[in-house]
Amino acid sequence: MPKPHLALVAALLVALGLSHFSDQIDPYHLDVLIGVGINIILAVSLNLVNGYTGQFSLGHAGFMSVGAYFAAAISLFVAPQWLGAEGGSVLQRGLAFAGALLAGGLCAAVAGLLVGVPSLRLKGDYLALVTLGFGEIIRVIFQNVEKFGGALGLNGIPAYTTIFWVIAFGALAVFTVTCLVNSTYGRGFLATHDDEIASESVGLDTTRYKIVAFVVGAFFAGIAGGLYGHFKLTITPTGFDFTKSIEIVVMVILGGMGNTRGVILAAIILTLLPELLRPIAEFRMIIYSLLLIILMIVRPQGLLNFPRRAAKKSPAP
Amino acid sequence: MSEFLQQLLNGLSLGAIYALIALGYTMVYGVLRFINFAHADVFMVGSFIGYYAGKLVPEGTLWGGFSVLLAAMLGCALLGMSIERLAYRPLRGSPTLNVLITAIGVSLLLEYSGQVFFGAAPRTFPPIFPSQNFQFGSLTLSSNQIAVIVVAALLMLALQFIVHRTKIGTAMRAVSLNPRAAQLVGINNDVVISFTFGLGSALAGAGGILYAMNYPSIDPLMGVMPGLKAFVAAILGGIGNIRGAALGGLLLGTVETFVSGSQWSTYKDAIAFGILIIILLFRPAGLLGKFTVEKV
Repeated sequence: MPKPHLALVAALLVALGLSHFSDQIDPYHLDVLIGVGINIILAVSLNLVNGYTGQFSLGHAGFMSVGAYFAAAISLFVAPQWLGAEGGSVLQRGLAFAGALLAGGLCAAVAGLLVGVPSLRLKGDYLALVTLGFGEIIRVIFQNVEKFGGALGLNGIPAYTTIFWVIAFGALAVFTVTCLVNSTYGRGFLATHDDEIASESVGLDTTRYKIVAFVVGAFFAGIAGGLYGHFKLTITPTGFDFTKSIEIVVMVILGGMGNTRGVILAAIILTLLPELLRPIAEFRMIIYSLLLIILMIVRPQGLLNFPRRAAKKSPAP
Repeated sequence: MSEFLQQLLNGLSLGAIYALIALGYTMVYGVLRFINFAHADVFMVGSFIGYYAGKLVPEGTLWGGFSVLLAAMLGCALLGMSIERLAYRPLRGSPTLNVLITAIGVSLLLEYSGQVFFGAAPRTFPPIFPSQNFQFGSLTLSSNQIAVIVVAALLMLALQFIVHRTKIGTAMRAVSLNPRAAQLVGINNDVVISFTFGLGSALAGAGGILYAMNYPSIDPLMGVMPGLKAFVAAILGGIGNIRGAALGGLLLGTVETFVSGSQWSTYKDAIAFGILIIILLFRPAGLLGKFTVEKV
């Protein structure tokens, strides 16, 4: 079996094992672990867009909110009818949750398609601005839809998110992105990142690649949103604003754009750091922003982007 | 009808402020080809300088008001120039994405240092200019609104003069047209870029004071929304185009005021972005911009 597939199976087994022993783990540690997992999904999926494909999106939290809202709505309004009054068996609840997550992810992917098709014709700064704008528009829409609780958001979401689901979907996100980028088709993402005009002149449809990256990224952001909603049990539109997007972007930049390992590491560090630095929590964002500025001057390739091996020199002629 | 005129006036005074901020975006884009995200927070710092300087002068006097305005403009000009010197100049020649990320970093740094040093709670801006309401028939016009429109118009005229009639303005236009050729004819690009940042930030500082006069509640995150909208205004008018920025600001302010006066008022913040997206799709060069084709 190829390496990524093996890793996926191993991760799923670990997830099953951990969920078996989750009663013996300190609930606080379990919560932190779930937070880390959700952030890994977000960072890895954004890395496909911002890192590998080189399209700077600032609206990831918007897609996350779409997933969070639709998954929560299904768990709140649709699933109870199917599960019946007793709440169904464990398997039924699991199926309902998986269904809700996937539906949330699909809705986010559709939102990604709707946003991506018009905005991905733009480049650099403009794209960043438009994705930011769409993120804000999504937030304003959720604020105004009564069915989704308006500005108060949705409350009383069932606590379905367990460590098993987080690790399983985290592994799936990493697996999908890795395999996609390393496939023959996926080389197009890197080509689009490296030189758009050159890739177009050799016949790559760069717009299509950008949209695919965007939709896949949005799908996993939606999944992460669903997990987040069923973990926090309450979601409000303001929880998915600009700062949330920036937080994910910082993870990607810190880890090194287009470097999945680094990004996973960065997501872990940046989730654990605030937990460890609680006493100086008010300085967290200042540290983040200084980190961004200094990083761009000193080490623009990202803090955790280590060369895996020395590049093979071509034999001397 | 009178309600329409009233809304139009309110819209114009809001639009004049957007225009002042948009000018800074557009000038920096003209010389450096990147969006200075931190500009919106320079605007915020401007109103905080006004808040502290306003305590030093007697309230409600004309000279006091103008000295506060001047202090904010000077302070912001210095801030803008130091941001350029410390954060952007080391990145001259690196990919746009790096500069963009730095700009976001500077913006966040200003916002959250503001939250730590100024406190996150909103504060009431002192009435630094003498205020009075004038009645024209059924129209109500506050002296603050008049001050906003007059000051903004004066500043824009001054800017127009600097850019088109002075040596440094000519140098600015030269750098924006072609930085390398400008260097060849003996222009010091660093000086011009620094001056551009100073000028744009001074306008943002003035915008901050004017905004705080009309919406007298200031907090460290107040710059985000007006900043984004001013940026939309800059794109609407054609980024890099000074007259376009003024036009875009006025248009956007007016549209927004009419929307917030209608039944769609809760969608007020989404309107600007809707306009942005429509403009970028159908006329990416903006209303007054020239369309250029990218060449290899």
